[in-house]
Amino acid sequence: MTDKKKKGTDPKTYKFDTLSLHAGYQPHKNAGSRQVPIYQTTSYLFDDVDHAAALFNLERGGHIYSRISNPTVAVLEERVAALEGGTAALATSSGMSAIFLSIMTLCESGDHLVVSSQLYGGTVNLFRLTLPKFGIKCTFVKPRDTEGFKKAIQKNTKGIFGELVGNPGNEVMNMPEISKIAHEAGIPLIIDATYQTPYLCKPIEHGADIVVHSLTKWMAGHGSSMAGILVEGGKFDWMQNDKFPTMTTPYEGYHGLSFAEEFGPTAFTMKARAEGMRDFGPCLSPQNAWNVLQGIETLSVRMQKHCSNAEKMVEYLLSHESVAWVSHPSVPDHPDHELAKKLLPNGKGSMIAFGIKGGKEAGEAFINNVKLASHLANVGDTRTLVIHPASSTHSQMDAATLKFAGLSQDMIRLSVGIEDFEDIKNDFETGFRAARKPRLVSNQ
Amino acid sequence: MKFKVNGEEVFASTGGRPFDKNKPLMIFVHGSGLTHMTWVLQTRYFAFHGYSVLALDMPGHGLSSGDSLKSIEEMADWISDVIDAVDYKEASLIGHSQGCLVNLECAFRYPAKIKTLSLMGGAGAIPMNQELLSLAENNDSKAVDLMMDWAHGPAGHFGGHPVPGLYHMNTGGMLAKTRTIRDTLGVDFRACDNYKNGFEAAKKIKIPTLSILATGDKMCPVKEGKKLADLIPGSKVEIIDNCGHMMLLEEADKVLKALKKFIISNFPAKKN
Repeated sequence: MTDKKKKGTDPKTYKFDTLSLHAGYQPHKNAGSRQVPIYQTTSYLFDDVDHAAALFNLERGGHIYSRISNPTVAVLEERVAALEGGTAALATSSGMSAIFLSIMTLCESGDHLVVSSQLYGGTVNLFRLTLPKFGIKCTFVKPRDTEGFKKAIQKNTKGIFGELVGNPGNEVMNMPEISKIAHEAGIPLIIDATYQTPYLCKPIEHGADIVVHSLTKWMAGHGSSMAGILVEGGKFDWMQNDKFPTMTTPYEGYHGLSFAEEFGPTAFTMKARAEGMRDFGPCLSPQNAWNVLQGIETLSVRMQKHCSNAEKMVEYLLSHESVAWVSHPSVPDHPDHELAKKLLPNGKGSMIAFGIKGGKEAGEAFINNVKLASHLANVGDTRTLVIHPASSTHSQMDAATLKFAGLSQDMIRLSVGIEDFEDIKNDFETGFRAARKPRLVSNQ
Repeated sequence: MKFKVNGEEVFASTGGRPFDKNKPLMIFVHGSGLTHMTWVLQTRYFAFHGYSVLALDMPGHGLSSGDSLKSIEEMADWISDVIDAVDYKEASLIGHSQGCLVNLECAFRYPAKIKTLSLMGGAGAIPMNQELLSLAENNDSKAVDLMMDWAHGPAGHFGGHPVPGLYHMNTGGMLAKTRTIRDTLGVDFRACDNYKNGFEAAKKIKIPTLSILATGDKMCPVKEGKKLADLIPGSKVEIIDNCGHMMLLEEADKVLKALKKFIISNFPAKKN
């Protein structure tokens, strides 16, 4: 018997790189168009009144109005679901709207969430200030405080939320352990995996129930288009308890439909679309969906280059005289290095935080004098990006919140691009030289 | 809705409408290891158009309690018990894959109760690939992966789900993992492999029968479906091109269209 025969038959389902190019689309159903067409339309003809009623009653699949769904956007949704190992996905106009829609699908007024404290500033504001206006309260827990998540769960807690790798401090959330805590409490774990993309980590494989992305970042990858998505894992049993009545009982919000009974492993996405898109409407434009699809076609190639450049950058920064500290999960003394090796085997991502000697003044001089690296409020572009969080992305936080979010005045956040590394390094040398003599260079 | 059959709780989707005993009864029977959710793109239509629908979770599957039934014959008897339990005298049966064997045997055993048969991806016998059977009986999730691979055609492998945003392969895989693989898929595959009465039963069927087959079906190929259909007098056959075994989801609209035409002609709903 050959080795092949001993191993038995393996499924011939398509693998990651192939799915990145093909999932969600069949040319023969679209006039043979090899590229995904852009369906730039608001609405779709009904065959007759019976067909119209069938679509509204969810008797049949199909499109009604592009706020609810669109054929180009649907290709993107299927493609990301395929790459994440999810059952279904719903694309939105931005990553923030994906988070908001997830929470509004899950929670009612009077509910509670347990949330990692290390998040993008906008997300912190959503949980801390905006959601309470809807009657949804949150308890923040440091992402490394696994036991803290358990202690923070209340009777009315409906989920745990966190970023897989915290922004901007690079704390790695222990998904396998925290998902166990969530599931023991009968609630789902929602993970924002924007920084990783499914190329580096598929959170559903590690216990997450819902994954959200800002597709604007590495997934689209070229800094051109805003988009977000939520992906459903399909494993969470909504009917195990009475915590989610709008999922498990006939729901007045959608004509008496019980989403969990009817749609099981896709119930969350079906509700997010049927109710959330109908009522809140943060739909993705077909043009932006198409732009993101172009990015996803090269996701694995780009992520490999992002990660290899990031590894070189970490090495360079660690040995640099102007650098006080470097935070990246690949660094052996990073507190989460071992966890990162387990969760991120294909690379630790291209977000690096480092402290510049000379504090705030040196940081500003560095930012003002790099020429190749772009100073802007985004991450995950093909180009290298730098920013000083305390004065930009997290500037709406007061001093106490800033400290709680793990930020310091000397911190520079770096999103490593895919340029030739020597060019990035030479640019940084210019910045560091300026940082050492801030006044002299900034006056030139 | 939930009701009891032989002392065990049974779950059935009623297609989003209240179960109404004044309407004709359509019973949908899922394939090996799956659940009522495979039928969502057919059941809701009929529920909204004058029928009482029961898309069953077989015992031990999905949301139904009890242990999985070990033979196709036991399952056929159980379907008859379901009809009794909901206080009907007759029903129209719709089955997919293993569900076709169950319905065929049920119509053979209880000819007075069954008014029409609709068989999707059916055959007179479904001998199992022994490797697949062994994996399922050993609770190996690779059994589900292989089943999803072989059961799906282009729509499954590439995409293009009729419901925007859903991905066939992972949704199907998750349905098959709702309960322990050994106790659902393993038992079901063995029941299919053991069942030998399909062709003899077919010869005795005298009710209107529709077979919906798909050219890309690797699990119950068209020639096997036709072989069965040829034994049933007056049987109708619809063939869907470029589609796999999971036709009820991959080409849901084409399946619904064929099913509507057949049911409306042979098992009409009462007019208001």
